[in-house]
Amino acid sequence: MSSADLTQTQQTPRPAFGILARIRRQVPASVGFGILWLAAMVLIAILADWLRPYGITAMDLTSRLSPPGTPGHWLGTDELGRDVLSRLIQSIRVSLVIAFGATIISAVFGTTLGFLAAQFRGTVEHLVLVLADFQAALPFLIMSLAVLAFFGSSMMLLVCLMGFYGWERYARIARGLAISAGAQGYAASVVQLGANPARVYFRHILPNVASTLIVSMTLTFPEIILMESGLSFLGLGVQPPESSLGNMVGFGREYLTSAPWIMLAPAAVIMVTTLSISLVGDWLRDKLDPTIR
Amino acid sequence: MIPLIEARGLVRIYEIRKGPFSRPQPVRAVDDLSLSVMPGETVGIVGESGSGKSTLGRMLLGIDRAQAGEVIFDGRQMPPLHSQQWRALRAKMQLVYQDPLAALDRRLTISAQIGEPLDIHGIGSKEERKERVRELMGAVGLRPDQAGRYPHELSGGQRQRAVIARALAARPSLLICDEPVSALDVSIQAQVVNMLRDLQEQNGIAMVFISHDLKVVRNIADRVAVMYLGKIVEEGSSDTIFQFPRHPYTKALVSSVPVPGKRLQGRVILQGEPPNPAARPSGCAFHPRCPLATDICRTRTPELRRIETGRTAACHLLANDLAVAA
Repeated sequence: MSSADLTQTQQTPRPAFGILARIRRQVPASVGFGILWLAAMVLIAILADWLRPYGITAMDLTSRLSPPGTPGHWLGTDELGRDVLSRLIQSIRVSLVIAFGATIISAVFGTTLGFLAAQFRGTVEHLVLVLADFQAALPFLIMSLAVLAFFGSSMMLLVCLMGFYGWERYARIARGLAISAGAQGYAASVVQLGANPARVYFRHILPNVASTLIVSMTLTFPEIILMESGLSFLGLGVQPPESSLGNMVGFGREYLTSAPWIMLAPAAVIMVTTLSISLVGDWLRDKLDPTIR
Repeated sequence: MIPLIEARGLVRIYEIRKGPFSRPQPVRAVDDLSLSVMPGETVGIVGESGSGKSTLGRMLLGIDRAQAGEVIFDGRQMPPLHSQQWRALRAKMQLVYQDPLAALDRRLTISAQIGEPLDIHGIGSKEERKERVRELMGAVGLRPDQAGRYPHELSGGQRQRAVIARALAARPSLLICDEPVSALDVSIQAQVVNMLRDLQEQNGIAMVFISHDLKVVRNIADRVAVMYLGKIVEEGSSDTIFQFPRHPYTKALVSSVPVPGKRLQGRVILQGEPPNPAARPSGCAFHPRCPLATDICRTRTPELRRIETGRTAACHLLANDLAVAA
């Protein structure tokens, strides 16, 4: 067996081996773990339909509240005998779609408004800043509740609504950095070369401020997951029988003392995912900056 | 010969406020100033800090709007700021900055940045652009292997060379250098100045060289304009200005330049406060510090007048001199 392994490693082409070795040397273990975890989450989200051992509504009334380790239900079952693992896999998909979608919407929207404010100054800037202040002063959860209560909850609406969460931070950061870039010189010097605003913002200012925005995204991402959990918990987020990580935690609360596994599994996934995002985000920011290589 | 760029009666007034609620005070950074530059000529602008040199440079480029007066480039009026024509005109006129690190984007390699004017103005094919960047790097004395470097990986002199290469990329006919060497080491200053002069002669570029360093200006400029509080006080060929300064302010400036191997003699040391554009003296702006000031200097502003062929000065005393000499 070992000799077969040996011949195999010798046969593998050198470059691939070199890349693996290089990755192992350059990526710290914690970041490596974060990347692997996030990759696994994304894969689970994509392949959820094939990975689920049971349907998320399939009830096994004879084995309700069975603890983790029960053959057939490795993470146990909930009060209706639904398989926790199946529901967890489905929840990861739903929560990731909401969190990624909303984070991206919020970052794009906020950054665009911030750049517009920096480019046009005057009235536009004033308007953006007033909107940002308004957004910051607004209790977002209550506004979301009002919107969802009015229009009813749907996945699309939920993603768009969450996409409004935290945009004012991107807008402020992007505006401030763009203005200081103009004052610092590199942006002014590109304008002086004859570049149009699109080139100045997308080719020069955006790459220079991206690191700060990425860090901001890694902060917003967990907040959006928690926000979605909160809304689901209050019954206006993801609607049963569909489930999300927050939704599972919310409904598992009632069985916290008797069957903690129902809520511990999704809670652990939320925690590890947000931690991974932070670790990878930090590492990515350093990697993207050529001045600290 | 028609001038490449001509400024007529430029005025730039900044408003400053002392406190958040106080009335804004006008500061005349550049005051009714006219200047013309011939194709291929180098004009040096000298003066103390606060004399409006940089503001003048920015107005010549059209980056700062003039409140009065006009700039004529190549027979045409300067188009409005940030318009399509204004952007297109950037290929013809370029600025070299004082601080090269601030002027370069730290996330792009220098070869990408040197080639950027070509991308922006759509000059040449991809291959031609590459070739032009290589040629420019050679012309400013950067090694080909430095093409992939980032600005922070270069020395100050090399960065300024990259900025100069970028400015020259689109083959401009006017280059405005705003204190291009004052941030550099003295030993590097000479190299960069010599390189600028060579490039300017080879390509026939007109240059406006703004500096407070008289030695550098003397080395590079054909003609020199001396500025004091937003006005030109004396203008003439570089040799005559430095050998026979006429205006009292120019005399004081020139006498402050040490000559190697000689003791500093006959130095005119100016009395009084350095010029403050916010509180401009009446009459001749220089009169509080002028050793020769008379009553007329305190009340009437002297006009810029021709005192010799190819030489102008703004001083009541010189006008009299000319009359006496004639």
